[in-house]
Amino acid sequence: MAEAAAVTGAASPTGGTARRLLANPRVVLGGAVLVFFALAALFAPLIAPHDPVEQDLLLQYVPPAWSDKAEAGYLFGTDNLGRDILSRLIYGARVALFVAVAAAAAAGLLGTALGLLAGYLGGWVDTVISRLVEIWMAFPAVLLSIVLVAVMGTGLHSVIIAIAVIDWTRFCRVVRAETMAQKQQDYVASAVTVGLGRMRILWREILPNVLPLLIVLFTLEMGIAVIVEAILSYVNLSLASDFPTWGGMISDGRKYVNQAPWLMILPILCVIALVLALNALGDGLKDALDPVMRR
Amino acid sequence: MTATPPAVGPTLSVRDLHLAIAGRRRDTPILRGVSLDIAPGEVHGLVGESGAGKTMIGKAVLGIQPSRARIAAGSVLFDGRDITHLPERERRRLMGRGMGLIPQDPMTSLNPAHRIGAQIADVLRLHLGLDRAAAGARTLELLNEVHIRAPERVVRQYPHELSGGMRQRVSIAIAFACRPKLIVADEPTTALDVTVQRQVLALIKRMQAQEDASILFVTHDLGVVAKICDRVTVLHGGRVLETGATRRIVEAPGHDYTRALIAATPRHDRPGGLLRPVPEALTARLDAEALAYDAARGSHG
Repeated sequence: MAEAAAVTGAASPTGGTARRLLANPRVVLGGAVLVFFALAALFAPLIAPHDPVEQDLLLQYVPPAWSDKAEAGYLFGTDNLGRDILSRLIYGARVALFVAVAAAAAAGLLGTALGLLAGYLGGWVDTVISRLVEIWMAFPAVLLSIVLVAVMGTGLHSVIIAIAVIDWTRFCRVVRAETMAQKQQDYVASAVTVGLGRMRILWREILPNVLPLLIVLFTLEMGIAVIVEAILSYVNLSLASDFPTWGGMISDGRKYVNQAPWLMILPILCVIALVLALNALGDGLKDALDPVMRR
Repeated sequence: MTATPPAVGPTLSVRDLHLAIAGRRRDTPILRGVSLDIAPGEVHGLVGESGAGKTMIGKAVLGIQPSRARIAAGSVLFDGRDITHLPERERRRLMGRGMGLIPQDPMTSLNPAHRIGAQIADVLRLHLGLDRAAAGARTLELLNEVHIRAPERVVRQYPHELSGGMRQRVSIAIAFACRPKLIVADEPTTALDVTVQRQVLALIKRMQAQEDASILFVTHDLGVVAKICDRVTVLHGGRVLETGATRRIVEAPGHDYTRALIAATPRHDRPGGLLRPVPEALTARLDAEALAYDAARGSHG
């Protein structure tokens, strides 16, 4: 994959990049899984066969369709309250992806802004921001997120803020290092010698060159956000428990794991599939995007 | 050097410039009292080995020395105006219109994220206040002037689609875009192969003559100096060893070090001639002189 990317490195930027992305199996596979979940989340009301919170106590613990005791119309079976699992998984994807995008964007915005400033301005600005990052990273992340949500109250916005507040350091450190590397490039010296201002150089000259890296970081951060959201909803710190979240479903299913293991296994599989897809996509993008901007 | 004093003052005048890189314990001197003058329209070569401080002079003139570099003494005068410690806002006004840079490495001197046309047009719009259409038209003219074929196509391309020589031509177009009085050329041909090198040198010379700009031409290559420079300053250890008209320096060098540099330079008119490295004893002597200079300066304050 890396060789293929290097060989096509001289092609035109737009066509070459697209071709390189499509030639990378991790990008294609990860992207396909992500698109699959994204479409499910987007069109949840249209494709979900049942209301995800509607209970039917006559149809409890219906096993998935591949079992001989399956019920027609319930592909993945029902849970302890007779709610359709497929519909709950589809609506759960909504929550998972919304949190992933919003939290990664918020963390990315904060971390990138601070990382750019630290890397470009250096001096005391860099010292202050870098020390802050180090102190921040010394806190255990999961504990900090639970404390944050406990303080702010449960709910999606708290989950998003908690992830952003904790994970901006990832963006900050990487963007700072990349900004410092970009700053050494001659094109920055050239920009200074044609009289461009410092902030303009930072935003218009350096930031576009950090962008490929940001796309990669953003994808990886989405994967992290999906896990954190699952953890927080598992301990009931995300949405109210009757609203379907993958973490909440895992938590509910744990109680009935002996009579109905699919209650727990199916949402776990969803989390794993989405996180794997995001990580594969991030890694693939890193390989595919790197040579373009490096040369 | 002419006998009568010139009617106009020098475009660039560096006076007794001392520059040091700040360290944890002590500062490392890079420039030890450098002085040089560049007259209007003059191409002034600055030669020396790596570490001689020649690039640092160019950077100090442009105000892009690294943040840890400290100008301890001396001054840089541009058109008679002291610009040594110019505030950022005023320096920005000077850049582009007053001074320009032709950078060393064409691989990194253009922004990989922007199209060639935008990189040139941005400069024109910023300094000359041209609107989008006028800047676009002028960009094509400039690319024509630096002999880029099919400029209509090149303006839409990204730097990595161009060869090293093409990129250096674009850099030259940017440097000359706003008709600056002074251009610092920092080893502009070092990264190019020999045939391209010759073309780029000829181009710089032609643009310089056309615009009547002065050039501070930083290089380690005396062969290049002989082709393009009117006057030369020879630098070692951050000190000026000698300065003079190119012909005089090349034909009758006044300093042992200059003589050694010439002996170490390949000559096109005498191919196959033996090249001798600069003798270690000479380098050692010059280093000792530099240290003695530091010591004397330190004891005086």
